[in-house]
Amino acid sequence: MPQVKVYVTLKPTLLDAQGRVVHNALNSLGYDNVEQVRIGKYIELELTGGSQNIERDVREMCEKLLANPVIENYRFEVVK
Amino acid sequence: MKFGVVQFPGSNCDQDAYFVLRDVMRVPVEYIWHQTTSVKGFDCIVLPGGFSYGDYLRTGAIARFSPVMEAVQEHAARGKYLIGICNGFQILCESGLLPGALVRNEGLKFVCKFVHLRVENSDTPWTCEAKEGQILRIPIAHGEGRYVADEETLAELTGSRRILVRYCDAEGRYTPGSNPNGSVNHIAGIANETFNVFGLMPHPERASEKILGSADGRILFESIIKTLRSG
Repeated sequence: MPQVKVYVTLKPTLLDAQGRVVHNALNSLGYDNVEQVRIGKYIELELTGGSQNIERDVREMCEKLLANPVIENYRFEVVK
Repeated sequence: MKFGVVQFPGSNCDQDAYFVLRDVMRVPVEYIWHQTTSVKGFDCIVLPGGFSYGDYLRTGAIARFSPVMEAVQEHAARGKYLIGICNGFQILCESGLLPGALVRNEGLKFVCKFVHLRVENSDTPWTCEAKEGQILRIPIAHGEGRYVADEETLAELTGSRRILVRYCDAEGRYTPGSNPNGSVNHIAGIANETFNVFGLMPHPERASEKILGSADGRILFESIIKTLRSG
């Protein structure tokens, strides 16, 4: 059964308010080497059937629902 | 003239909107259940505030695919009136009926308070009873109301006067402190290209009677009622 790992992140041009707070928290814990933090979403899909058209289907799922292309980027890996 | 207020699972301002239309404005109004597939006969549809479908994944992301939304999209495509308040605005952006998106408030907190809005364009179906530059005192209540859009969209919204209300201070100035959520250019509400679709984060239905602290929200309801009566 094919598994797909989907990563959704805010576009780099957008301020990530959560990421900024976590960045400050890491810095105040002494991790001065943290330059930037961006927080996103990780989604696991388990699909039935063969591996035909998986890439096309998942891209469609991302464009339609899993990500909002206005504010987010997505990428995914198919784990056979 | 008939108004319709859509009820999604998780809507929580549907009854406020219904009450204001029926008892304060005294116009015909009916609820529209989210599983309905026809919205024929309605002149103006309200997508109310709340947390439709728990706002899972993103605000409005699931609601946008609910059965009623296909009919609502057709309603808007035919030039009929559609307003989204708070969660309703988020649903309109998710469904592509309005450009841009609403993301987490810059300060990360849920903000529930009265704010001031400046009417930027009073020559629209939604603001025709307001004066240009009029300042309205209306509450907001949201955690994800920071309006964002790319430069091209912002230029288009500004150029075609589609930004109807912006957050300001009591004197109408755009000070940093008067922007409650970090919205780009203080944007609180925008219309589509043909001005029949309007979305805003503030809640006019919570400020339509003096006893609630402000009746300024009435101006928006009076405007659309006037538009429908004269149409």
